[in-house]
Amino acid sequence: MASGIRDKVAIVGMGCSQFGERWSLGPDDLMVEAFTEALADAGIERDDIEAAWLGVFYQEQSTSKSGLPLSMALRLPNIPVTRVENLCATGTEALRGAVYAVASGAVDIALAMGVEKLKDTGFGGLPERAKGTFEDLWQPGFTPPGAFAQLGAAYAARHGLSIDELRRAMAHVSVKSHANAVHNPKAHLRNPISTEQVLSAPMVAFPLGVYDCCGVSDGAACAIVTTPEIAARLGHRDHVTVKALQLAPSNGAEMSHASWDGSYTPTTRLAAARAYREAGVTDPAAQLGLIEVHDCFSVTELVVMEDLGLSAPGRAPADILDGRYDRDGAIPCQTDGGLKCFGHPVGASGLRMAYEIYTQLLGRAGPRQVGSPTLGLSHNLGGIPNRNVASVAIFGLHQSK
Amino acid sequence: MSRGLTTLGVYLPRWRLARRALGEAMAWRTQSVGGRGERSYGHWDEDALTYAVESGRYAMMDAPTVDGVVFASTTHPFQDRSNAGLVAEALGLPAALTTQDVGGSQRAATSALIAMLEGRAPARLLLAADRRRTQPGSPQESAYGDGAVACVVSDAAVLAEYLGSTSESVDFVDHYRESGQPYDYALEERWVRTEAWVPFVRRATERLLAQCGVSAAELAHVIVPVGASVAEPLLRTLGVAPSVRADALHDRVGDVGVAHPLLMLAGVLEQCAPGALILLIGFGQGVDAILLRAGADIAAHRPASGLSAALAAGVTDHAYVRFLSHTGALSLDAGMRAERDARTAHSVHYRKHTVINGFAGGRCSACGTVQFPPAPACVNPECRAFAPQTPVRLADVPATVKTYTEDWLAYTPAPPLVYGNVAFEGGGNAFIEFTDVGRGDVAVAAPLRFVFRIKDVDAARGFHRYFWKATLRRS
Repeated sequence: MASGIRDKVAIVGMGCSQFGERWSLGPDDLMVEAFTEALADAGIERDDIEAAWLGVFYQEQSTSKSGLPLSMALRLPNIPVTRVENLCATGTEALRGAVYAVASGAVDIALAMGVEKLKDTGFGGLPERAKGTFEDLWQPGFTPPGAFAQLGAAYAARHGLSIDELRRAMAHVSVKSHANAVHNPKAHLRNPISTEQVLSAPMVAFPLGVYDCCGVSDGAACAIVTTPEIAARLGHRDHVTVKALQLAPSNGAEMSHASWDGSYTPTTRLAAARAYREAGVTDPAAQLGLIEVHDCFSVTELVVMEDLGLSAPGRAPADILDGRYDRDGAIPCQTDGGLKCFGHPVGASGLRMAYEIYTQLLGRAGPRQVGSPTLGLSHNLGGIPNRNVASVAIFGLHQSK
Repeated sequence: MSRGLTTLGVYLPRWRLARRALGEAMAWRTQSVGGRGERSYGHWDEDALTYAVESGRYAMMDAPTVDGVVFASTTHPFQDRSNAGLVAEALGLPAALTTQDVGGSQRAATSALIAMLEGRAPARLLLAADRRRTQPGSPQESAYGDGAVACVVSDAAVLAEYLGSTSESVDFVDHYRESGQPYDYALEERWVRTEAWVPFVRRATERLLAQCGVSAAELAHVIVPVGASVAEPLLRTLGVAPSVRADALHDRVGDVGVAHPLLMLAGVLEQCAPGALILLIGFGQGVDAILLRAGADIAAHRPASGLSAALAAGVTDHAYVRFLSHTGALSLDAGMRAERDARTAHSVHYRKHTVINGFAGGRCSACGTVQFPPAPACVNPECRAFAPQTPVRLADVPATVKTYTEDWLAYTPAPPLVYGNVAFEGGGNAFIEFTDVGRGDVAVAAPLRFVFRIKDVDAARGFHRYFWKATLRRS
């Protein structure tokens, strides 16, 4: 019986670049910016790292393929570098590689880097991507907002809400994240907004308006991981450990089987159940001190609150409007502004979420610090609702006695 | 059993440009275009082939099977790739079939019909469709329309019995369109009327009537696919009453090219008395004249999807610029997302051609779950068997909306791009594009049907591909 990943690996250093429209920087610059911070945080030398994982999604737009972009940008000493890609769960996937390497005993110290340089396309929104030679023949020419917008119609139909009622709750998701990002100097969008602004914004994909969509940003984030023993030896007496790292990709049922009605993400439910079990979390709503969820669009955050078991079925809109997920609510969500405002450099996002949980667990979040949390969760939903990769990671604070 | 027409189906694209909108747009330069009524036109994702498929589906509803397909058009989308063969696959017909494209003149459909009527094949499907491009501001822009008619010819002539035909071929250039040219070049109508329409049709008709032993006075319906200014004098020379002239449908459709004689025939067959004698004329570098007799029991066999249904499905469009954009006469900026490469992997398309062309899903041989696309392993979470899947044609299966969006960011020539997840009656789910729907038209649980349409255009390689799209099932 496998024992899972709980507490086998510590995070001793993290870094995150400024996110945003980094017109003057390339992916190599962004990776160096994040790495420099992480290295100083960890208190190790570059050559102490024995293996690395690079997460990048839109390779066509930035780094090209393979592990080479990381090896070359950081001038690593020819250590193994593996490039991973798993849609918007890419950053978490890179972390998973590094964490498993340390847990296996193969290496003592590993690096997980996620990066995306999105703003070299010449147009707004995410780049176009290839769907595959067969899918291209029949799938709609969808965009991410259009694909996620469908959660809205289906959720409203299932729970008997009008689209206007749903949009009001969705609007609060964005208002809350903008309010949080004001206190995050690395965030892409730091302006507070009002519900009225959200509701009157131009439509991108019904029922999502402009303010229901996250930022399209450049950025990089990374983590240096090791064993708890080495962490302590390095002076990280209090450190963050990985409690759970779970992944659940679709197998086609959402898109092609009647069992899915389009109003939720079954993969998130599966990944969350496995992660809670792996982490020993029995009452997530009570135990989680903060969460970072995949708020690529406001409606995604809304349905995911139920998929993570934090809101009862059909209750997410009311919980959101009640402020349950606000920074001063019962379960602070997107304390750094989330994908919505921190930004969404795809390959970096999973690690950016981990960065915020890490920062908060260590009590370093400054004006946006939410008390003294000891457990935090991050969630990614890569792809689109009917065909996705969900990841759930749980991190905990290890305090030396 | 007698040789003749067994079934018939009419498809007119949903959109009808109000000629007044056209006239108003052009009023600054001419008073001679526009006029009254409306003309049919298809959106960017339609062409003569998709029109033919839709009319063919209607004609095949009451016909068990056919052993051959002939597709008549002067606007086949492919010069060298069997258009009829693709239509046959879209119709879900078996591969053991003869297929043929015919064109070259406005008589393409009537000449093909004569060949079928004179032939002995058990059952043939004739498709006639045109989507002729028209230069903005030209008389053709007002006069032409788009549409398709399909009919099955067999020895069960329940709609109309074949009595005889004559043809005449003359190189009379009333209009022409050289290969590769977008628009017709048309000569003066008065010359064409006096020198061609009247003498050609009179000679052919007199010969035909003599051959069949029928007098002109016995004709209940005369179908001359041309406007009243030509048809009325022509009927006078034939010695028939003006009242027998079939409606040329100028006011509601326009001239739909090679399909026009058959479209007018569809109108006649909806109203004519049992046993009525019908003269059907095709005109273009000569003339075809066909004598038909309405079925004795025609009332029981009139097409459900005939002319009236097609006319009733129309939506008047006053947006002339939209018409220009959809018909390719005006190239609107579509943004950088339109630059996405739409190259087709043809080996993949061939591997999946029944899936893509015929919209074949798969039924799991282990659990019976219908799924799209078909796959080596069943998608049913309770099954997941690596079991063979038998093809299930989904094109004709009703469905409902599970989820949808109207996407203003995605590239489409006609924003918003509407798409969603749909559930088929009896099982099967798909993620699919919608067409012929506007803002606010779609809702969760709305009833759907499927139509064969252009999916993507690969301008760089001169190719476009087709797939099925969902559209609202309108009563």
